[in-house]
Amino acid sequence: MSAILVAILGLVIFALGYRFYSKFIAEKIFRLDPNYVTPAHKYKDGVDFVPTNKFVLWGHHFTSVAGAAPILGPAIAVYWGWLPAVLWVVLGTVFAAGVHDFGTLVISVRNKGQSIGTLANKLIGQRGKILFLFIILILVLMVNAVFAWVIANLFITYPASVLPVFIQIPLAIWIGYAVYKRNIKMLVPSLIALAVMYATAIFSAQNEFLQIDLVRYMGGEEAAGLFGLGAVATAFFIWIAILLAYVYVASTLPVWKLLQPRDFINSHQLVVGLAILYLGLFLTNPQITAPATNPGADTSWLPLLFITIACGAISGFHGLVSSGTTSKQLNKETDARFVGYFGAVGEGVLALVSILAVVTLFANADEFLGAYGSFADANAIGLGNFVEGAGALAQGLLIPQGVATTIVSIIVVSFAATTLDTAVRLMRYIISELGTEYNIPALTKTHVATTVAVGSTAALVLIPEGPQGFGSGGYLLWPLFGTSNQLLAGISLLLISLWLKRLGRNYIYTFIPMIFLLFMTMYALFQQVTFTWSWWGTNSNMLLFVFGAINFVFALWISITAFSAMRGKFDNRIDND
Amino acid sequence: MLDSVKKLIKYYEDVISLNHKQEIARELRDEDDLFLLMLYSEMLGIPNPVYYYTLELYPHMIEEFHDWHLRMGMDKSPLTGIRCC
Repeated sequence: MSAILVAILGLVIFALGYRFYSKFIAEKIFRLDPNYVTPAHKYKDGVDFVPTNKFVLWGHHFTSVAGAAPILGPAIAVYWGWLPAVLWVVLGTVFAAGVHDFGTLVISVRNKGQSIGTLANKLIGQRGKILFLFIILILVLMVNAVFAWVIANLFITYPASVLPVFIQIPLAIWIGYAVYKRNIKMLVPSLIALAVMYATAIFSAQNEFLQIDLVRYMGGEEAAGLFGLGAVATAFFIWIAILLAYVYVASTLPVWKLLQPRDFINSHQLVVGLAILYLGLFLTNPQITAPATNPGADTSWLPLLFITIACGAISGFHGLVSSGTTSKQLNKETDARFVGYFGAVGEGVLALVSILAVVTLFANADEFLGAYGSFADANAIGLGNFVEGAGALAQGLLIPQGVATTIVSIIVVSFAATTLDTAVRLMRYIISELGTEYNIPALTKTHVATTVAVGSTAALVLIPEGPQGFGSGGYLLWPLFGTSNQLLAGISLLLISLWLKRLGRNYIYTFIPMIFLLFMTMYALFQQVTFTWSWWGTNSNMLLFVFGAINFVFALWISITAFSAMRGKFDNRIDND
Repeated sequence: MLDSVKKLIKYYEDVISLNHKQEIARELRDEDDLFLLMLYSEMLGIPNPVYYYTLELYPHMIEEFHDWHLRMGMDKSPLTGIRCC
């Protein structure tokens, strides 16, 4: 089957969803009012509350939510065949993610620009808040541990990407100084930085001496490394140690010195990546070689598919961005439809092309099934396959294979590194907040909190018996990543439904996705906690059992709250200014 | 044609510089807040020898103070001494 056909079908459904479904939601359900005074005007302060043009705001919102996750999830989920993944991304974006991102934006606008976290706090109370913080803590801990491994893995597989990625750091610092201290416009410096990075990528892809290949330095995969580990394990250890040291420094620096300039470069990379992938797709017209479904799968797609692809179909994290920063910059309430819903569509477009890059890579279905032999294999090779597949699409633009895979791996590593930086920062804030809550003042200090954050990540990532070999301890908790993320989305949808109910509107359009998400999350958690991770399960693991059980109890609590709320118990807790 | 390319570049630049503008504004506001604190630390119980003179600025700061408490999520002035609203 032609991949172009699937891409066009997906894009048309996205377009129809935006044109008709979001219009219906905006006019009949949310009843957006063009004359409503948004928080950006009401509390205008030139810093957080700034009325912003809707196109600019959309661009900013989209680049904030798009990262490595909408690539990683789909690249793993194609294990069940391309059809379930494509259907979930397309329908999930139109009926769940769009409404969720749009809804969190509107409810925040109608509540003084407060974030979903603050609104959830009102609904579920103080104890709920602590548990909520704990769930987010697990979420970011998993992100740290997994992304540290993912980056180390890409560095070892594509040694040509190391130099360009590290060159990005001094370039970003240079941009930071040029833009913030010397007031130079940022477009030109950030484009120069991108050009330097890609020029380095081309040189290092073609010259072996520029490739920092630790495994080769130690004498090949079979050679012995340090501390009695093999060469590959030692390479993982060294890269992860370097990354954690980097992330410690990066996350304690002011944001303008490194994080934001990196983001400027990354926004160009997102545009470049999307352009390469879609142009490559339309120019090479590849065939989908992977099977539509995988009947021989060792793990059922129900409910795991809906957990594996979070970003790209629906993700609770988007609600944090919508209600955290975007809602404070919305110029008119009617802009929320374009910024929120179309932002989700942008993410869906990225997830769709990620799926297509992987399912067109293999020569035939047997080869695909050989590579994706089990769900564990899919977890291990998913991202690597995306890099290879995207590299193959880029060849359609006459970019040599080596250069193309290097550039794609740089894009993925850059996204993952920025996510790592943000996640450690977030973890630091949460640890400080817990420190304040439990009266442990030491935890509120920047360096103590960062040490705890990086230390716990290191402990998790270097557990020797990780599922994908040394350094992959984070993958132990990966199944919980999707569930925590979806739980967050469920809570946001519950808040929106409550708000709609209070206004006497039809809340079925947010209530059904909420029930669906909470059901799938609880189903997946129950299944894994009881039959896989418990002491009588097939793959007993106490760490996962404890974290999974906590998540399950929280999900159950949210469901009970949802049930009581829908019977009218907490109607007055969500405002409508 | 040239105009639409210029527009596109301007749009692109606006998108990527949104964070940057916000960060600069935040730094400036933090400096202002610190300055205000230095002027009126007496209100918080920190002795300030120049309070007598800085108090003369009081009429000029009421508006800013009002913005500040709204920004902090308080609809009414938290200090009884300052009746801005």
